[in-house]
Parts: sequence; C-alpha cells; structure tokens
Amino acid sequence: MMDLLEVINSVLSKNGLITSFIFVGCIVWVSYFISDKLTDGKFHGSALAILLGLLFAYLGGTYTGGEQGVADISFLSGVGLLGGAMLRDFAIVATAYGVRFEDLKSSGLAGVLSLFIGVILSFFAGAAVAVIFGYSDATSITTIGAGAVTFVVGPVTGSALGASSDVIALSIAAGLVKSILVMVGTPFLAKHVGLNNPKSAMIFGGLMGTNSGVAAGLAAVDPKLVPYGAMTATFYTGLGCLLAPSFLYLIIHIIY
Amino acid sequence: MVIYGVALLSFCMVLGIILGELLGRLFGVDANIGGIGIAMLLLIFLSDYFKKSFRLGDITEKGITFWSMIYIPIVVAMASKQNVLGAIDGGLVALFAGGIAVLLSFLMIPILSKIKK
Repeated sequence: MMDLLEVINSVLSKNGLITSFIFVGCIVWVSYFISDKLTDGKFHGSALAILLGLLFAYLGGTYTGGEQGVADISFLSGVGLLGGAMLRDFAIVATAYGVRFEDLKSSGLAGVLSLFIGVILSFFAGAAVAVIFGYSDATSITTIGAGAVTFVVGPVTGSALGASSDVIALSIAAGLVKSILVMVGTPFLAKHVGLNNPKSAMIFGGLMGTNSGVAAGLAAVDPKLVPYGAMTATFYTGLGCLLAPSFLYLIIHIIY
Repeated sequence: MVIYGVALLSFCMVLGIILGELLGRLFGVDANIGGIGIAMLLLIFLSDYFKKSFRLGDITEKGITFWSMIYIPIVVAMASKQNVLGAIDGGLVALFAGGIAVLLSFLMIPILSKIKK
C-alpha cells in the first residue's frame, strides 16, 4: 500500500506541470458548479475559482511553511510553473490578439494619468500608515510606502535606500496584501465603480498596478477587459521603481 | 501551422521584454518598464498588419487564441501559489498600508473615467 502511494506521489511530482492541469481543472469545475447551482450564476465561476485558489494557497502555506502556496507541496510543484510569471505574461500577451488599437488610443490619456495617480496615491497611503504606526525615518517610511505600490517596488526601493531587512519584509507584505485584496475585492466592487468597459479597465490597471491582482481581478469580472487593464498595469511597477527611490523619497525626506 | 501562431506570440513577448529591460536601463531602474505592454502592442500591430497583407490562417490563429483562452486557468494557478500567509503575517501595518492603497485607488476609478479623451 505504501508503495502505491509512493509511486503515485513520484509520478505526480515528476510530471508537475501536467498534474497542475488536473488540479486547476478540478478547482475550475467545482467553482463553476457551485456558481451555477448555488448562486444561480450570480457569482462568477472564475471569481470563485480564484478565491478557492487563494484559500488553497493559504492552506498550502500553513501546511508547508513556504512562500509558494500549494506549489511548495511536492506533487503540486507544477502549479508554480503554470501560475508563474512566464506563462501568466504569455497568456496576457495572447489576450491582446484581436484588440482594436482605436480602443487603446481613445483612453490613452486617462490610462497614462491613472498610472501616475495610482503610484503616487498608493505610495502616500502606505507612507501615511507607516507614520501613524510610529516610523519616523525617511528611509523606512519611503520603503513601506513603496511596498503599498507593489511588492516589487518595496524591496527595490528599500535596498536602494539601505532600509533594514524587517522594513523591507514589511513592504513586501504590504504589497502582497494589496495584490490579494485586488484579486478578492474586484468582483465585488466592479459594479459600483463602473468597471465594465475598456476605458475603465485601462484606468483600473493603471491605478492598481499589481500585475497579479489586475490579471485575476479582471478575469473574474470580464475576461474581455483583461488586455486593457494589463496594458497599463505593466508600466506601473517600472514607474514605481523610477519614482519611489528618487522623487517620492525626496518629498518624504524634506518632510522628515 | 499552429506553431506559427505560437512562435509569433513568443516573438512578440521576448522582443517586448527586451525593449522593456532596455527602457529600465535607460532610466537607471532595476525593473522592466512596460515589457509586456510593449509585447501586447507589437502583437496588435503585427496581427493588424497580417490581416491587411495576407491572412494568418485559422490554424495559425489557434496558436494564439489557445493561450488567450487558457488565461483564466493560469490565473487560478497563480492565485494558488500566492504567499497568502505572508500577507497575513505582515500584521496591521501591512494590512492598512496595502488596504488603504487599494481602497483609495478603487475610489479614483469613477473620477478618472470622466476624462473625455
């Protein structure tokens, strides 16, 4: 009996990517079943699938103590590849196929504006929280503010400014909170903020900026909107890395 | 041939990321600036160009549309590998910093949507 389990475990681990197709297929099937039967389709199946994925990630993290959700469980390691940045970005680029350039151009200005407002707004929200919680040196405040931009901007800014490692860890956590809240919150808030057309999707992408949050959030609302949001979001982290350690740090430095 | 579509998609992505990487270097930033966005623009332009000059062919097209359709499952896998525990372990500072940033950003969507052009 032990042998059989061992064989299954080793086959699943060795064919990780294939196993991940089964894992995700099951989650999606269960989610669409629940969405259909229990909520009469009112709660979108893909939104439910993403929530279920996050729940599994939480359980996986608790069980293994790792940072990769279920991907730290050996036979589910393929989920890390399927859900990793490479395939995610590949699929995002593919969604652009068939997008009309006119739609992008007509919301270009709002998109660019949302990028700058998004980075600056998130930064100062994070910085203000840092101040409220008693941080008083410009480096720590800037790093935590940068973490509220995205979990990439936080550590990039923190190491550029020489922040302590616990502050950098905190900035990553702030970025993770943001990304997960966007995933969870978007399907609930979409209706109330008019997120239902290419233009508002571009603004949404520019304001939120977290690639994973925007990708999952729009997938749960309307997959047709994905390319528009992803288009602006892809510039966000770069802009954040540009502004946070320079211009924004300078402002914080003048205040403190 | 289905590989033509996949190859075209891959070409756009790689070229976009290279350009994004160079853009980052140009600004002296240790990050890719808009690589995926540039890749998307490339794909939009190229597919537009192909449509006008010669047809891409149904099978070739499927090499691109398959990946576009597998998008949601990929996102579900992505959700399943998030460091949810790390977000919770960050405590109140992380929760408020990230949470308030998200809330304010959501509130800005209707305001920015009013911009005409």
